[in-house]
Amino acid sequence: MENNKHINLRPKLLLGLGIALLLGCERDFSDDVQFATFSSNGDIFTDEPVGLTDEFFDSFDPNTGANPEGFGTDDNVAFQGSSSIRIDVPAPDDPDGGFIGGIFLDRGNGRNLTGFDALTFYAKGSTTATIGEVGFGTDFGENKFAVTARDIRLSTDWRKVIIPIPDASKLVQEKGMFFFSAGTESTNGFGYTFWIDELRFESLGTIAQSQPSILGGNDSRFPAAVGQSLTISSLQQTFNLESGINQTVIPAPSYFDFESSDPNVAFVSELGELTVVTIGTTEVTASIAGVRAAGRILVESSATAQIISIFSDLFADVPVDNFNGFFENQTTEGGVVNENGNDIIQYTNLNFVSINFFSEANRIDASEMTTLNLQIRVDEAVDPDDFIRLELNNFLNGVESGSSFTLSSSELIANEFVDFSIPLSSFNGLTDRSGLGLLFFVSDGTISNISVDNIFFSVE
Amino acid sequence: MKNKILNTPMRSRLGQKTLILSMFLLVILGCETDDTQTVARLTTLVWEDNFDVDGAPDPNRWGYDLGDGTEQGLPGWGNEELQYYTDRPENATIQNGVLLITAREESFEGAEYTSARLLTKDLFEQQYGRFEARIRLPFGQGIWPAFWMLGADNDENPWPAAGEIDIMEYRGQEPTVLIGSVHGPGYFGGDAISKEFTLENDRFDTGFHIFGIEWAPEFINFYVDDVLYNQITPEDIEEETNGQGEWVFDKPFFILMNVAVGGTFVGSPNTETQFPQTMLVDYVRVYEFDERLFNN
Repeated sequence: MENNKHINLRPKLLLGLGIALLLGCERDFSDDVQFATFSSNGDIFTDEPVGLTDEFFDSFDPNTGANPEGFGTDDNVAFQGSSSIRIDVPAPDDPDGGFIGGIFLDRGNGRNLTGFDALTFYAKGSTTATIGEVGFGTDFGENKFAVTARDIRLSTDWRKVIIPIPDASKLVQEKGMFFFSAGTESTNGFGYTFWIDELRFESLGTIAQSQPSILGGNDSRFPAAVGQSLTISSLQQTFNLESGINQTVIPAPSYFDFESSDPNVAFVSELGELTVVTIGTTEVTASIAGVRAAGRILVESSATAQIISIFSDLFADVPVDNFNGFFENQTTEGGVVNENGNDIIQYTNLNFVSINFFSEANRIDASEMTTLNLQIRVDEAVDPDDFIRLELNNFLNGVESGSSFTLSSSELIANEFVDFSIPLSSFNGLTDRSGLGLLFFVSDGTISNISVDNIFFSVE
Repeated sequence: MKNKILNTPMRSRLGQKTLILSMFLLVILGCETDDTQTVARLTTLVWEDNFDVDGAPDPNRWGYDLGDGTEQGLPGWGNEELQYYTDRPENATIQNGVLLITAREESFEGAEYTSARLLTKDLFEQQYGRFEARIRLPFGQGIWPAFWMLGADNDENPWPAAGEIDIMEYRGQEPTVLIGSVHGPGYFGGDAISKEFTLENDRFDTGFHIFGIEWAPEFINFYVDDVLYNQITPEDIEEETNGQGEWVFDKPFFILMNVAVGGTFVGSPNTETQFPQTMLVDYVRVYEFDERLFNN
């Protein structure tokens, strides 16, 4: 116990000062209080692993296709010193596994990373390629504070990679020191090698301008029934680095502070699970370290709320045949794309296009539904004669019938998603909706480029 | 780009002054460590704006350059800049004791961006002394803020003959790099005599920093916070220009502050550039040049 006292002296002193500053005459902690402290060493690999488990590379499960054989150290290559980590990325048909990935774990009880603002390392490749994912906080346990950065570009010379920490104050005891996953997507299936050196947590002081977002930064309406729940997705945070480059990471939900304007209607757990408790409305927002995230959820719960989702950020989608049928006389190209970590549907060269769910198994019975909800963004200037006609086609006893509703130019905005909630009764000719099979977007060429998101039927 | 760097106080007298000033600041400002300035040879505050009154900047201290430069015969202000300068509160206003100069992305009079340029021309000018401002800078590709001075005779004696002292220039895409320069006949535009200073473990867009010059008959010293990072003398100009350049810094200059968008110095904004972008100015202060101290 006497020894422990010496070890704990410094943190206690600092904390005491902080309290004195903030609270003035508040009494100090009793001498009997012992604060647990964890190593604040930021080094992970210099010329050898630092404070990691003996095996130091913990591969993903080979049963999932991970190749545990391609990992080692290389005494012939180093950015600094004498050794580096060498990773041989296998071809997809490698019998030992078609990709490589895993984690490094702290050999102790975890480290205190609150004094750092980034994970950094030097990397070089045998060829120019991109590493699928790197990060930290993955511990094959709760992964509570996992952080992932995607598509890290390799050069054939050493380049420094900087992965910002979303909110270091959360990392008082972190075991997941490093995480990577690499395949040959960027090299057309050809295997390659990359090296990592000087891997450590650092305090750079130049990681700034945090811009967090949820749901890809969009506002989403959630007409829900009591008891319903969902996981808030498309979490991102972008930082500006000293180089002027914006680096985006995907933080685990636990980095976010979620807030519901009326927690009696719906609340959010620290794992990003939203649960609807009673009938009413509430607005759910999020922030990281006090910085408000773009995007919010408007929960509108009712006794009768039901959803059939075709394509949305929030809901489990029903299966569809495709998002572009490429019909005859159709000029429209495009389909689902990822934009800022959020999946949207993007069409170019539009004359008409449809989302297809007309195969027997995928047809939607929307008889109980009252409303079609969707967001449309015109990805060009909107002219007065522009329009988008929505058409719903129903199949009844093998007979297909169409119905339509037209959005005029005054309802559309250039480069901005607009929310539409259209009563199904507004669709001319939609008498039966027990077997919906197609949703068309028709512009007759007046508008060439649109993006569509959050398409669902609801009962309002 | 050979320029002298002075890391140590020039004379013992200078060190003494520093100490006295530091003590003064400590008493007045308490824990504001940013304000530990080296104010060499200069004693008397002769002009300042602390932007204490919210609203429009004081018209007795500040005027505006308006438009895109076409009217002045300088389309793009001579640098292919993209902004249209206005005096609207959207582009220049005082809030909470801080002047906000804001660059916005908006269609305005044929330009894609608006911003503001404030200047003390015909309102305040001075020869020699210490000129400083406490500023937090904006960031992003294509954002170009500046705190600078022009020779007050520039109507009769057009640039570059009038002379220009850039106390602070900065590229939004290099958030840790400050540029201090002088322009004059024989050394202007891309051939200005210039030096960069890189902030270590910090950035210019996350907190306030003091940008200043101390200007005397024989030198212009460039400071950021308490660091002297460059000195330019008539000899430097002679050396840099092979004797072609002329020292034009023995006459009054006026002050300018602006946020430009795009242009040859920074390049255009890109899709990642966030708008609006605001330069926050806490104060601008000018100290008298004290000849007795200088001659000692």
